[in-house]
Amino acid sequence: MKPSINTDPKLANSAVEGAKRPPRLQIANWFGVIPFFVFSGLFLIAPTLVLAYRSLEASKGGLTLDNYRQLVDETVINAYSMSIRISLTTAILGGILGSLIAWAISIGGLPRPFRSITSTFSGVASNFAGVPLASAFVFTLGRVGVITALFKLFGLDLYKSGFSLYSFLGLTLVYLYFQIPLMVLVILPALDGLKRDWREAAENLGATPYQYWRYVALPVLMPSILGTMILLFGNSFGAHATAYALTGGLFTLATLLIGQQISGDVLHNPGLGYAVAMGMVIIMAFSIFIYSILQRRSERWLR
Amino acid sequence: MTISTNPAPVAVKAPADKALVVKNWLWSWVIFAIMALYFLIPLGATFYWSLRAEKGVLGFEAYRRLFADNNFLPSFSEAIVNAIAAIFLSLLIIVPTAYWVTLRLPRLRPVVEFITLLPFVIPAIVLVFGIIRLYSRPPLLLTATYDSSRILLICVYAAISFPYMFRSVDNGLRAMDVRALTEAAQSLGANWTTILLQVIFPNLRVALLSGALLTFAIVIGELTIALYMAQHTLGPYMADLTRSKVYEPSAMAIVSFALTWAAMGIIQLVTGGQRQETGAR
Repeated sequence: MKPSINTDPKLANSAVEGAKRPPRLQIANWFGVIPFFVFSGLFLIAPTLVLAYRSLEASKGGLTLDNYRQLVDETVINAYSMSIRISLTTAILGGILGSLIAWAISIGGLPRPFRSITSTFSGVASNFAGVPLASAFVFTLGRVGVITALFKLFGLDLYKSGFSLYSFLGLTLVYLYFQIPLMVLVILPALDGLKRDWREAAENLGATPYQYWRYVALPVLMPSILGTMILLFGNSFGAHATAYALTGGLFTLATLLIGQQISGDVLHNPGLGYAVAMGMVIIMAFSIFIYSILQRRSERWLR
Repeated sequence: MTISTNPAPVAVKAPADKALVVKNWLWSWVIFAIMALYFLIPLGATFYWSLRAEKGVLGFEAYRRLFADNNFLPSFSEAIVNAIAAIFLSLLIIVPTAYWVTLRLPRLRPVVEFITLLPFVIPAIVLVFGIIRLYSRPPLLLTATYDSSRILLICVYAAISFPYMFRSVDNGLRAMDVRALTEAAQSLGANWTTILLQVIFPNLRVALLSGALLTFAIVIGELTIALYMAQHTLGPYMADLTRSKVYEPSAMAIVSFALTWAAMGIIQLVTGGQRQETGAR
């Protein structure tokens, strides 16, 4: 932040508005942000509030928590637990693999161009979700995919030995394609923030590389790594397009369940549908909240 | 190890360090090679399939068929128009907001930042659920016709671009002295419109361009929201294609990947690679 950006509002107003703009402009001060609040209200906040309200609405009128009590419904539980399992797995695996890549291109000593290519590619791959990503994996590991065919050539029929792209394992492999790059993008600046002095200080005190990582670098990086893993969790938990394109929307997954509920009340209970949607918002809000706390903690060291 | 007062301990340690550097270097290559395989094989496989549409020869038949498809160009151009409209709408809202928050209402900053993060908290599928429920009956009936739904879709796209747009613009504003520029323009007699359009906007070009391209990359092939609002844009078209055709989806995936590369590549070029935001899903 620049010191010239004044934080004293009184001083700021007088300096900017000058003599010819009297204090009546207090209301006009809000003028520039009103479109933003109206627009966010109409297209982000109100739609969510409608769902929240409907999820609390009893069928006979009045407010109730009944819909939330019914979340223990088997269909809902299965969908949520599959979503959570996939999100946890891809967050942890993506977090570890992404950190390793970030380490390799920053500290590990790969030639300089690898770093910029990798970070541009990560920008691309982390946005390469949805239908094209699903297609790419169908052509690779689908029933007639290139790798599937290659394995068959060597006598191993993946689909006969239990593998399927349209399963927990398959979806995990696909999701990692955008999870790992996201990890690389977010964690790379944190690795850059590790100061050379710390390493030298540790070495001068006789620390081995293992001790340096175990007692200095990892504790400093931990909030960032954990925080970003939580971000990955949310990223996968809210993902809909890729799974829809891959499975035609018929897989057991919380986002797909909501999609089915929009197209036609598959839960035979509209109120429960709203509660499922709100449950997702609550889990997402919780994970973003933890992420921001951890991010703030990591900023203490990595500036 | 004894505590040494030797001013040059580096010399003593040099051999061990060298071994470590080589070890790190080897591991880096191993990690990089394995991950490169994971990321490149699906692209290679898709590209290979996209060349096989004609029996017996490798060629660009799948691309020719894709571009000749009656529904491809209309849905593609509709998606482009939607994306551009959403980008302008988003810019029109975010630039004044970020400017005002930086200059005149710093106390509002946490609130504005919180709201711009909402698209990360509300998954697209939940957002479209709420949008449909809110706008499919009077007094806010907007889903009655295709065109009114389309306007609604553009507004939702603008809203989900807020996190990227606000961050880009905010970073851009921090990189210049907004107050000094504003005061200088005012002392020369400029009004607020002139200041925003002729002083602030030009200084924000790089930030605006990267925000716009990021939004473009996210919105152009968007599936979830367009699908449930029954819009014939690129996302739903691609999903249909994967169900009805064999080779065209591979060509489509390659085209889409190239588009994302182009958008990200330009961002990298104009920002010099110092900043990377992302929005996966």
